[in-house]
Amino acid sequence: MIEVQHLTKRYGPITAVDDVSFKAERGEILGFLGPNGAGKTTTMRVLTGYMPATDGKAIVAGYDVLEQPVEAKRRTGYLPETPPLYPDMTVSDYLTFCARIKGIPRSERATRLHSVMERTQIADVAARHCGKLSKGYRQRVGLAQALLHNPEVLILDEPTAGLDPKQIIETRRLIKGLGGDHTIILSTHILPEVSQTCNRIVIINKGRVVAVDTPDNLTARLRGSETMYLQIDSMGGDAEAALSLVPGVTRVAVSDRRDGIAGYEVESEHGRDVRRQLAAAVVSHGWGLLELRPMRMSLEEIFLQVTTEDAAAPDAAAAEASRE
Amino acid sequence: MSNVLAIAHKELKGYFASPIAYVVIGLYAIMFGYFFYALLLYFDRQSMQVAGVGGGPAANVNEQLIRPVFLNTTVIFLFILPMVTMRTYAEEKRSGTIELLLTAPLTDFQIIAGKFLGAMGLYAAMLAVTLPHIGLLFWLGNPEWVPILVTYLGLLLMGGCFISVGLFISSLTKNQIVAVMATFTVFLMLWVINWIASFTGPRTQEILNYLSITDHLDDFTRGVVDTKHLVYYLSFISFGLYLTMRSVDTERWRG
Repeated sequence: MIEVQHLTKRYGPITAVDDVSFKAERGEILGFLGPNGAGKTTTMRVLTGYMPATDGKAIVAGYDVLEQPVEAKRRTGYLPETPPLYPDMTVSDYLTFCARIKGIPRSERATRLHSVMERTQIADVAARHCGKLSKGYRQRVGLAQALLHNPEVLILDEPTAGLDPKQIIETRRLIKGLGGDHTIILSTHILPEVSQTCNRIVIINKGRVVAVDTPDNLTARLRGSETMYLQIDSMGGDAEAALSLVPGVTRVAVSDRRDGIAGYEVESEHGRDVRRQLAAAVVSHGWGLLELRPMRMSLEEIFLQVTTEDAAAPDAAAAEASRE
Repeated sequence: MSNVLAIAHKELKGYFASPIAYVVIGLYAIMFGYFFYALLLYFDRQSMQVAGVGGGPAANVNEQLIRPVFLNTTVIFLFILPMVTMRTYAEEKRSGTIELLLTAPLTDFQIIAGKFLGAMGLYAAMLAVTLPHIGLLFWLGNPEWVPILVTYLGLLLMGGCFISVGLFISSLTKNQIVAVMATFTVFLMLWVINWIASFTGPRTQEILNYLSITDHLDDFTRGVVDTKHLVYYLSFISFGLYLTMRSVDTERWRG
């Protein structure tokens, strides 16, 4: 549905996007993750036909955005970073104008308008001027504008920016509901957002793709070794030594200790589940096992790992290449 | 075409939703009213003198009142039209709404043509302010209507030239003050470009006279539609719109 091949965009001497390639299948929600200035907005602007790429190709809904821009744009809904509203227009006038330029026939305009206003919950501000709306409403009017012509592809640049927590949850639910019928690319630098809404994540840093995978795989793949957290009441015994004797355990470290109860981080060989053995070891000493849980790397850590460690980049790229 | 009209409609509504339309129409009404009154007094005295002396040709309303009024009031557009065109692109770029237009299924030409028509609509509304004055002359006297109609055609074409240049300049900047000042300067230059004509060689003189935007209006005010002037105005407008298209396209590449 969306295909980006070797996309490069330079602004004079600055390379904003450097040889980026990825794909999104029909009905997929693709999360575009990266620190500010990573090239997310630029990539999206190329996809929407707002600006041409310096090099490479972008195909949206089967149309090359440079060769057949009008056809591609007809099938794309776009919410830019700042919702493109005219402050002097009322919400319903604004959406009517959008419907006209998006080529929605007059007979369908009223029903389309009504349905997107319901979906984005902006019906109560229909008569208000766009310039007088709160940030949350502006964002949702912008989203309504993107959904108006029921496009096959939706490109949303930070759709939840500026919303309050309740609106964020509603917007995420709305976006999740749109997946399946629509192919969606959304950008964000809020990590839980992608793990909650997206089927796949593209992590981009300094204009380059550093990782592409499902949220689960990404978590699993970047976890170098398995780490468990144990809290033990060892009644004065040397639990650290006992734990390191368990077969498969590579490292034991005390992470916290108070009143004779200590927390341990136990690393084991990759792919080896040592939870049963750890529990048995604790019990055989007659100690109290208070807690035993796997420590998974959160998306935050993954994100930091892939965007700060240069060493991770070729690794991730190689993994991506082998997956394709 | 419906896309062009959608943009034109939005532009025109935008002018009337902001104070701009009321300010420019109001200013024009005041200034035109004053010019008209002043020239009417002058005309009145002239015709009295003719009547007093007797035997001379009767005063001609078209030649001695309507024509000077329109030729003299064109100067008002120099000041006012930059205010009309300054926001067309600059404002969209500043507020980010340009992203809506450039990612909608529209061609650049449709956007530009729509903006041009929208500004022309406001300009036509300004010209409409002059209708009561002219109507008054029909009520009191007996002017010829063909030259008046042709004058309006000429004024629309001349305004089109100014607007196409203004659009182009607005597409170059995000800043409305820069747009308005640059547009005003260019208009003024196009106005006075032939002032030095008589000091130059015959060839240069011809070129400078040809370039002056307002000189071409002269024949229209006499009721003459000369293809020479039509070609000048229409090609000027097309050139202005073409430059705007190039500018919008360049802006895309530069990002």
